[in-house]
Amino acid sequence: MAAFDHLRTTYFEECAELLDAAYTHLAAIAEGRADDDTVNAVFRAFHSIKGGGGAFGFERLVGFAHELETVLDLLRDGRLAMAAPVAALLLRSTDTLSDLVAATRAGQDKPPGFEDELVEALRDLAVHPAAPLRAVEPAVAAAVVSRWRVRFVPHAGLFRSANEPLLIIRQLKRLGDVRVEADLSRLPHLAELDPEEAYLAWTLFVETAQPRGAIEAVFEFVGDDCDLTITAATAAGPADHPAAAPANETPAALAPSPSIRVDVEKVDRLVNLVGELVINQAMLAQLGSQLPPEMCAGLLNGLDTMSQHLREMQEGVMAIRAQPVKSVFSRMPRLVREVSAHLGKDVRLAVSGEGTEIDKTVIEQLADPLTHLLRNALDHGIETPEERLAAGKPRQGTIFLSAEHRGGRIVIEVADDGRGIPRPKVLAKARDRGLVAQDAVLNDEEIDHLIFLPGLSTSEALSDISGRGVGMDVVKRNIQALGGRIAVQSRDGTGSRFQLSLPLTLAILDGMAVAVGAESYIVPLTNIMESLRPRPDNIHPVTGHGDVLAIRGEYVPLVYLHQRFKVPDAVTDPCKGIVVIVESEGANRIGLVVDDLLGQQQVVVKSLEANYGPVEGVGGATVLGDGRVALILDVSRLKTASTFSAPVERRAAPPMELH
Amino acid sequence: MNAITPGTEPSVPGMHQAKAAAAADPRQFITFTLDAQEYGVDIMRVREIKGWTETTALPQAPSYVRGVINLRGIIVPILDLRARFGMGTTEPTRMHVVIIVITDTRTTGLLVDAVSDIISVEPDTIRPVPRMDDRPAEDSFLDGLVALGERMVTLVSLDGLIGSAGASARTH
Repeated sequence: MAAFDHLRTTYFEECAELLDAAYTHLAAIAEGRADDDTVNAVFRAFHSIKGGGGAFGFERLVGFAHELETVLDLLRDGRLAMAAPVAALLLRSTDTLSDLVAATRAGQDKPPGFEDELVEALRDLAVHPAAPLRAVEPAVAAAVVSRWRVRFVPHAGLFRSANEPLLIIRQLKRLGDVRVEADLSRLPHLAELDPEEAYLAWTLFVETAQPRGAIEAVFEFVGDDCDLTITAATAAGPADHPAAAPANETPAALAPSPSIRVDVEKVDRLVNLVGELVINQAMLAQLGSQLPPEMCAGLLNGLDTMSQHLREMQEGVMAIRAQPVKSVFSRMPRLVREVSAHLGKDVRLAVSGEGTEIDKTVIEQLADPLTHLLRNALDHGIETPEERLAAGKPRQGTIFLSAEHRGGRIVIEVADDGRGIPRPKVLAKARDRGLVAQDAVLNDEEIDHLIFLPGLSTSEALSDISGRGVGMDVVKRNIQALGGRIAVQSRDGTGSRFQLSLPLTLAILDGMAVAVGAESYIVPLTNIMESLRPRPDNIHPVTGHGDVLAIRGEYVPLVYLHQRFKVPDAVTDPCKGIVVIVESEGANRIGLVVDDLLGQQQVVVKSLEANYGPVEGVGGATVLGDGRVALILDVSRLKTASTFSAPVERRAAPPMELH
Repeated sequence: MNAITPGTEPSVPGMHQAKAAAAADPRQFITFTLDAQEYGVDIMRVREIKGWTETTALPQAPSYVRGVINLRGIIVPILDLRARFGMGTTEPTRMHVVIIVITDTRTTGLLVDAVSDIISVEPDTIRPVPRMDDRPAEDSFLDGLVALGERMVTLVSLDGLIGSAGASARTH
């Protein structure tokens, strides 16, 4: 059923958000920044996951969430002290909960016993709260079995909000012994009965060690659809229900957050439309500039204002697609916890700037490279505690993960205080593999950048963490595919710093328009190293390989765009046109021979494949100010078509610059 | 029983246009011309008709792909139907017309000489295309033939046309 699937999807989306929230708040608790609200927020997260899961019958998920909830409840009541080991256990349990959520979402089941160890630990904690606390009030936790009388009278419309009293009563049974008395007095004659309305009411006698709040929580989702009265059935038991305040507090805390869920497609349509408006506006502005200003000042003013509003509108629409990098950063603490435990290292992750916003598509594709960089830092960068102490460093290593906006791009840094890149080893390996000539002299920076070459992994033992030879070159390719750049700085013994510079959106690209014959093409600015008009003595033909351009001792193969794209009436002599030197994945550069540079501009990237198909060497299309379509070159695919191989000794990776 | 009641198939040839409303499933076609020949495309597949605008050439494209245009933000390839049918290349002028059609999820423009008419056709009056052994490739572009008095309209199969255009674009 489509509607049900939709609900299911929504539930899992909410789970992801709730888990995110739980992680954030648990981190605060672990760092001792917790207050009542924080604990409440974590409780609510687990409770909502449990509640929704119950509706879908995800029993395992619900069971585990319930254990977590129990512990949180103890924390909430102050019967369990917030200590570091408790926080650690809760974090690990949240990891497991998110695994269970992921498995359930994928329709799989984790092996039996997957969560048992943690369930036991959580139950232990629930039964024997921290030792000092137990000494103070040992009897309380065990002895507080109180009896409650719960009068539950659903309104007629209860079922319409997808609630089921049976599930609620079952949930109540988890709290302890429940005796149920059904009240049939409202049941009408069969002929008058509307099967979609609720007629029954119940009186429930609950015997539980849990506080009143736990009972209220069971009814949390039906609060508006029923009359609920909870009264202490006996006078016995200490009043561990802090008045009736929580009952009023809970709905307030659950008030909808001021955000809405919108289909990405709808936003994309809007982005597209605004892109069109921008092009339209450029056309109008061009036409307007041909009018005599004294004749139509009003019109020109109007055009000006419109262009300003449009720019603001474009920014606004782009901002809708933007999301804080938090959604990907928040996955990293778990990775660090797990991998450092696995490696026997003591590592702290310091995250900053997680509120920095970037386009959703960029974020999605950022997870892999970031995971890779962090694993790398954990495995290769940070030393073992013994090595660190021997080197006079603190026992605990630190990895810094940060994000910030810088000049229209987002810069993400992964830095560690580990041993740095072992340059002699990297160089030896590169020479070994023939990636660098034996006699080539490279400076430190050049050596550091060798790690981005394919097939260079320096870890002595292949581990299951990193070092399978699919390493930094893949990271670099991923980042370049996003229109980004990566650079590394390393200091021997004090650590390395990887810097990713990414565009804020994939929908807009900084490009250089070039002319070939009557056509214009867009070359992505990230690929361009430099452009120049060569002298005839710089051009050398290489038999069977076409021409190369000699530049500062390097030979750069030339690709004649007019030949490749069969454009008539183009400049055929590079010395009369312009050579644009571009670099793409890998370190090989090529020189594109074009007629002229037309200028730098931001272009809106459009798909060519949607209605046509892939074209070799073309990454997409865009619409220019005059309404015509221009193709955007995919430099990496242009290169593969040229079978030129550069001399080996010239292939050292050039240092990259970040702007 | 001569009276046509809803649900009965009209069986009298020649009355398909007049009684279209009462018929089972009359199909409507937009007809266009290439030279003196008249062709039809299913009206349900036509999104719009627009005048010829300059295209941007695509590298490595077959000769009948004129290039791409910007259609309100989407990039749409334009096929020269005359070239596709092996009748030579069109020299487009302002008078030439592009029919924007939709197949599956693709949007494509067809460059033709002019659009002439909208016709209503009973499905059972569509005649199969006679097999022409010397031009086998073109058969898949055509859905059938319809006689309209003196005129003959050749129905174009968009799936055959654009499916194969896309496929050959990919292999090039």
